[in-house]
Amino acid sequence: MLSKTVAELSGALTRKEVSARELTQAYLDKIHQLNPALNAYVTITAEQALAQADAADNRRAKGNASPLTGIPIAHKDIFCTRGVLTACGSHMLHNFIAPYDATVVERLEQAGAIMLGKTNMDEFAMGSSNETSWFGPVRNPWDQARVPGGSSGGSAAAVAAGLCAMATGTDTGGSIRQPASFCGLTGLKPTYGRVSRWGMIAFASSLDQAGPLTRSAEDAALMMNAIAGSDLRDSTCLELGFEDFTAKLNQPLAGLRIGLPREHFTKDLNPAVQTILQNAIRTLESLGASFKEVSLPNNYLSVPAYYVIAPAEASANLSRFDGVRFGYRCENPDNLEDLYKRSRGEGFGDEVKRRIMVGTYALSAGYYDAYYIKAQKIRRLIKQDFDLAFNDVDLILGPTSPHTAFKLGEKVSDPVTMYLEDIYTIAVNLAGLPGMSLPAGMLNGLPIGMQLVGPSLSESRLLNVAHQFQMNTDWHSQRPEV
Amino acid sequence: MALDKNDVEKIAHLARLQINDSDIVEVAQRISNILGMIDQMQSVDTSAVSAMAHPFDAGQRLRADQTTETNQRDYYQKIAPATQNGLYLVPKVIE
Repeated sequence: MLSKTVAELSGALTRKEVSARELTQAYLDKIHQLNPALNAYVTITAEQALAQADAADNRRAKGNASPLTGIPIAHKDIFCTRGVLTACGSHMLHNFIAPYDATVVERLEQAGAIMLGKTNMDEFAMGSSNETSWFGPVRNPWDQARVPGGSSGGSAAAVAAGLCAMATGTDTGGSIRQPASFCGLTGLKPTYGRVSRWGMIAFASSLDQAGPLTRSAEDAALMMNAIAGSDLRDSTCLELGFEDFTAKLNQPLAGLRIGLPREHFTKDLNPAVQTILQNAIRTLESLGASFKEVSLPNNYLSVPAYYVIAPAEASANLSRFDGVRFGYRCENPDNLEDLYKRSRGEGFGDEVKRRIMVGTYALSAGYYDAYYIKAQKIRRLIKQDFDLAFNDVDLILGPTSPHTAFKLGEKVSDPVTMYLEDIYTIAVNLAGLPGMSLPAGMLNGLPIGMQLVGPSLSESRLLNVAHQFQMNTDWHSQRPEV
Repeated sequence: MALDKNDVEKIAHLARLQINDSDIVEVAQRISNILGMIDQMQSVDTSAVSAMAHPFDAGQRLRADQTTETNQRDYYQKIAPATQNGLYLVPKVIE
């Protein structure tokens, strides 16, 4: 029961085969059993979850339920949750009880989803392995010696291990898609501005987007129906009416044109990953899609440009953590400057401090043009590559990650190597486009995903293609033994 | 671009971050490596390209100039490290 999809669980709730309370209790029991080893959750909100479950059962009895009413969810600990610890993987916020709910949290609660708890993550979402968390690393349910990916590693591990039915994630440079690939899940990063960022602790505001981590594309569509849409509290949120992301799931793929970026399918791509992608291409071809080579010549510049833009924005966003209004404050400060410097020096971990310093440097007098403006110009070149490609094709298909989940400790000592993990995902954030990862195969017992990228606001099309692929393959139905 | 100890101290001051003396050499090395990777950008001619700050080149949306929030100061200050009479307390700034 616990590893069923949201769509299946929703059906079971409707048919009264199970109550929301029974479902919630079963997930809580499994969390207590497995979380000590996986470290996927940092906060478990059992009492609140059971109260929400009773409310969901009442709502279903009254006949005014949404498909998500009674479905247990985990929220990445980057989303503010009123009255519940929101630590963002950081010592800086180890005592931060959020005074309000993020829009995403509020909307999922309104839909009747039940919050089981908050999931572990790289500190302030800065990482690709979940190893920078102040709460310690998360273990991949497929192989506990390996990382779940990051930064939404706790959410991905929780869904993969059956510790929730679905989870929220955020993606600034690949933080939904790469963990989805490593844990065998479907993960969607929506178009920039599709989902409100209000109450989502800001990392890089021109790149951050929230999205679903689920067991199927259909589940991702159900979650998108709840979380997408305009929000007056986020001025960067697009003003769009309600869109039913499930409406086109069953559309046939005949006539679909998919681009394969020449720069992603080179001899440098792991041959086993290449084979898995070729098999996926053949499946989609049999469903009516046609393929064509496209070029993203500036993709190789996406990691360098990102590591200027994201740290620059982060250095500004994280200036709010000053030891004065909330969060960590150092002991016995000598003066105000000492209070700032020690609260931040002791409250932030090494990776966060590194990125703040890189960003501060890139924005400082004398370097601003050479780094920040240069990176913004390259950002435009990267966006133009996609615009040009989408003149010829509807979507782009390629790898999500260069390989399957790597071992804990394998890359954490070398930041630059870790940054290059996101070589296939980062350009999508810089261009503000929707991208998703879905399971495409298994390699030595570990799942691996493929990435689909579409033009702005093409989420329904991406979900349609992913759903049709999943109707004809069973990679998304594989579950780890934990 | 390789950073030295003085550069790191200056950046850390600008960012109001305390870095332990014993860590400075390693921090300088790691940030220099990151800047080395970033420097790949410099080989590309971007003289004819305009900077892009927003994925859709959108401007800032403004709302009507109306009061929409209620005063929740006491509630918000419950999580502050130190307050007094509705004010946030910090070490003395002016003698």
